[in-house]
Amino acid sequence: MASSSKLNAKIPEGTLEQKWTKYRSNVHLVNPANKRSLEIIVVGSGLAGSSAAASLAEMGYKVKVFCFQDSPRRAHSIAAQGGINAAKNYQNDGDSVYRLFYDTIKGGDYRAREANVHRLAEISGSIIDQCGAQGVPFAREYGGTLSNRSFGGTQVQRTFYAAGQTGQQLLLGAYSALQRQIGMGAVKLFARHEMMEVVKIDGKARGIIARDLITGKLERHFGHAVLLCTGGYGNVFYLSTNAMGCNVTAAWKAHKNGAFFGNPCYTQIHPTCIPVSGDHQSKLTLMSESLRNDGRIWTSKIQNDARKPNDIPDEERDYFLERRYPAFGNLVPRDVASRAAKERCDAGFGSGASKMAVYLDFAANTERYGKIETTKHNLHNPSKEEIIRLGKAVIKEKYGNLFDMYKQITGEDPYEVPMRIYPAVHYTMGGLWVDYNLMTTVPGLFALGEANFSDHGANRLGASALMQGLADGYFVIPYTIGDYLSEEIRTKTISTDNEAFLIAEAKVQDHIHKLMNIKGSKPVDHFHKRLGKIMWEKCGMARNKEGLNWAISEITSLRKEFWSDVCVPGEANEFNPELEKASRVADFLELGELMCIDALDRKESCGGHFREEYQTEEGEALRDDKNYAYVAAWEYKNESDFKLHKEELNYENIKIAQRSYK
Amino acid sequence: MSQGNMNLTLKVWKQKNKNEKGRFETFDAKGISPDMSFLEMFDVVNERLISSGKEPIAFDHDCREGICGMCSMYINGRPHGPKQGVTTCQLHMRSFKDGDTIVVEPWRSAAFPVIKDLAVNRSSFDRIIASGGFVSVNTGNAKDANNILIPKHDADDAFNAAACIGCGACVAACKNSSAMLFVSAKVSQLALLPQGQFEKKERVLNMVKQMDEEGFGNCTNTGACEAECPKSISLENIARMNREYLKASFS
Amino acid sequence: MSEKSFFLSSSIGKKIAMGLTGLFLISFLIVHVSVNSCIFINDGGITFNTAAHFMATNPIIRIIELGLFAGLILHIIFALLLTIENKKARPVGYQKINGSANSNWYSRSMGILGSLLLIFLVVHLAHFWIDTKIAVFTGKADEHNTFNEMKKVFSVWYIVALYLIGVGSLLFHILHGFQSAFQTLGLNHKKYTPIIKKTGLWFSIIVCLLFASMPVAIFAELIK
Repeated sequence: MASSSKLNAKIPEGTLEQKWTKYRSNVHLVNPANKRSLEIIVVGSGLAGSSAAASLAEMGYKVKVFCFQDSPRRAHSIAAQGGINAAKNYQNDGDSVYRLFYDTIKGGDYRAREANVHRLAEISGSIIDQCGAQGVPFAREYGGTLSNRSFGGTQVQRTFYAAGQTGQQLLLGAYSALQRQIGMGAVKLFARHEMMEVVKIDGKARGIIARDLITGKLERHFGHAVLLCTGGYGNVFYLSTNAMGCNVTAAWKAHKNGAFFGNPCYTQIHPTCIPVSGDHQSKLTLMSESLRNDGRIWTSKIQNDARKPNDIPDEERDYFLERRYPAFGNLVPRDVASRAAKERCDAGFGSGASKMAVYLDFAANTERYGKIETTKHNLHNPSKEEIIRLGKAVIKEKYGNLFDMYKQITGEDPYEVPMRIYPAVHYTMGGLWVDYNLMTTVPGLFALGEANFSDHGANRLGASALMQGLADGYFVIPYTIGDYLSEEIRTKTISTDNEAFLIAEAKVQDHIHKLMNIKGSKPVDHFHKRLGKIMWEKCGMARNKEGLNWAISEITSLRKEFWSDVCVPGEANEFNPELEKASRVADFLELGELMCIDALDRKESCGGHFREEYQTEEGEALRDDKNYAYVAAWEYKNESDFKLHKEELNYENIKIAQRSYK
Repeated sequence: MSQGNMNLTLKVWKQKNKNEKGRFETFDAKGISPDMSFLEMFDVVNERLISSGKEPIAFDHDCREGICGMCSMYINGRPHGPKQGVTTCQLHMRSFKDGDTIVVEPWRSAAFPVIKDLAVNRSSFDRIIASGGFVSVNTGNAKDANNILIPKHDADDAFNAAACIGCGACVAACKNSSAMLFVSAKVSQLALLPQGQFEKKERVLNMVKQMDEEGFGNCTNTGACEAECPKSISLENIARMNREYLKASFS
Repeated sequence: MSEKSFFLSSSIGKKIAMGLTGLFLISFLIVHVSVNSCIFINDGGITFNTAAHFMATNPIIRIIELGLFAGLILHIIFALLLTIENKKARPVGYQKINGSANSNWYSRSMGILGSLLLIFLVVHLAHFWIDTKIAVFTGKADEHNTFNEMKKVFSVWYIVALYLIGVGSLLFHILHGFQSAFQTLGLNHKKYTPIIKKTGLWFSIIVCLLFASMPVAIFAELIK
């Protein structure tokens, strides 16, 4: 297999360990005076967007930031709970850059680029340093040093955290750096603005059309480069752990303007979410992976067991992850844990009203912690109650906010009864195809963070999303953008009255006009829910040829129905959340089809992509490295017409092996 | 559509935009399930409004898991409704009784102008952070993170202050629409950490100045903000900010 | 604008001015209640009159008295400024407010309580202070018998009732004001704040009970 001629990953020469160092020493630079006249548009204000915008502004570039929320601080990075990985080896437990690199490649089921992942692992330590310096209140030990915990798919403790709110604290750190630049006038903020179109001039990205969500006015903005930091597309499933506003619109518009879409079918289903309680449900809530440090996952050994969990004796419980994967136990990677839970539920061992849930039980570790506490406090012959009470206090300190959230949502007290959990859509490894510089196939158009496809292969390890978002923003793009912008120093600011801007704006205007004038009978959510159901059932945790083909035709007809029967109330020139949703769902209806096409094309199982036709006898994912060790980069040709380009993945430093956590 | 057995009456503030006058309108919310969140109940009401050709109620929301700080309803006389320590998106209908009439209003503050219906503009908070809510450290300047040792106790206190989600419930709850709890949470977080020491003085002076310019009211220590804060940010932070401000003003 | 003048125009600066003047006025209450409590010796007002005479004529007390008035006026001015700003900060009010869910009624009613106190103060000064002043300025301070005057004023039931309302307002005003002043001055501490709050509570109750019992005791002729 050879890579498509249209895909040049621009991976630097040299040994794996030296690529990034050498690259940084040789990359073209832009001198400070020229930086002042170069404008950069950043779309999205999550970890990747805020960190990129702040860092680029610090360097002297003129930056404009766009976010659809009312403040950059609301971006969904804020909801990440568990932590952020870094190869600091503070715990002296054998961690290293290589091990983080290796774990990430293996965790991604050998479908990520070696050079990118190694760079990520190299940078990981600096991220912690930077965040620490900003005043991010990481958890600490009594001696004042930083604390770590473990996450899935690793055997070292390398996850830094701030209670169950790590994403919030990291984002607020990046946000304050961004606000500092805004205060200094180096960044101009456009909150409650949605990017509606990319503007290309002579083949290069030169700006965007944005809609002011309060007034409905379309605006034209020029930039020498455009950075899309717009997150993932998990909301194509309607129900996911994403925020309600998360969308694919920016990435999809870029795709339709020539940016290839990489591995769209790689979706992460997170194993520990609160199960669906009814049709009214608008979103799913994650229970952090960190809970698997101390929670044991089980089902009853008896099918359709109607007993309450606390009435099921230990010998009648099936700790299926510990049984199937003794080496990693409850800390297997997310895709493996999710599939195992689905397998149990499908086989009739699930619990709860819908039978689609497994237990996450803290009783054993509550008791263990309780015993440690009694020893610490020199309590001799403590009663069982005393041990449990002390143990609960430890659990509360570690996971208090998560337990409270669980109780608030379900009405059940997880200190007393095991949590009920079920997998849910959480993250999308796929995204815009980018080269080593994070540039898409459109010159001048970059994609950072979850919006790109680059670092996680077919499955992301826990606590790596925060790492990647911040790596891209703080430490990659400030260097790699120079490679492009050093060639642009002679490009003067282009007037937004340029024809390309006018055409792009007219196109958006037309799109909005169409949506407003269908005046059909059904609200946007109706279509979104139906799309989500198709995607979840046929392109979710398990996929097969027949189902995917069916899904493609269903989505095509649903899309037709949408464009003839959707009802968007209100006006276009006002604050109109329904119009925002309609425009986003219109894009999801196109993306969903591409995801199914990609899933259909990939005739193997790997990571989050599980094709029922391709599995081992024990039901594990069966990869086909000979034929599918490539990145699928899809080019948009026309509606329902996508062309596949392959980027071959070469593993020079890691021996590809069957992924085993047994 | 989801079935439930609760029937409620909603009295909701409707306002077309910031320039036009608003008024209360009454809506029926029938067949509501107690397992729905308050916002999901609004989804149901809105879906029915749209289906019957009427305009839905505009409200802000995003993460729906209590962390982004975007949702902002003043429900039955309290920001984020009757339950303590939760945001509106995490408030569930089981906290209400069948037959209840629920009054829903936007955050009220001169510094939070209404955009439409229940959605308000909270950019004033961003401007306060931009005036000093940061540590001036450019990317790449940091030394190894473990070179800064921080007592666990201080780190925990800083974290508790930093847990603020910037929703504005403190302002909404305060009879004076004061933003002291929000501002003090950020001042405190950074005042408690060694990283924040160098800019301590300018930070508190600038942030308070910006807060005053935005048109927030003055703190009279009623404690309503702390009681209504979904993240239980402590009044201690306000005292700490007062202290910092005094020190900064006279040194 | 200089830093100092900005300090008093800032929200926190004004609040601190409120807190400081408030504490100053509270300290006056201690003196006032101590002197007046002399009537409970029940010696026909001899001790009380001596103390009152000292307070009315001692030059140092005279100077402090000026400071007291200045403090009171500043307290009122800053209260007005703050209240006007607070009203402006919420141009459109709520239709339904469930204030009791998050705060004490008296904490939310400092303006009303303060206004009641001010009205009471005017009456109170008219009853006692003006006569004493006239006596001092006309050189008749030695003949002036404040105790008798007290007996005269408190022989009318509605005046006693008015005083009780005044003292009631004072009780709730300082119930909030005492601990609030410490919070405003930044004196909030996990260990000490509960002590401050308790002190404030008992201080308010004891001082106001003593004040309230004076007109009542005289009206009931328990003090002769």
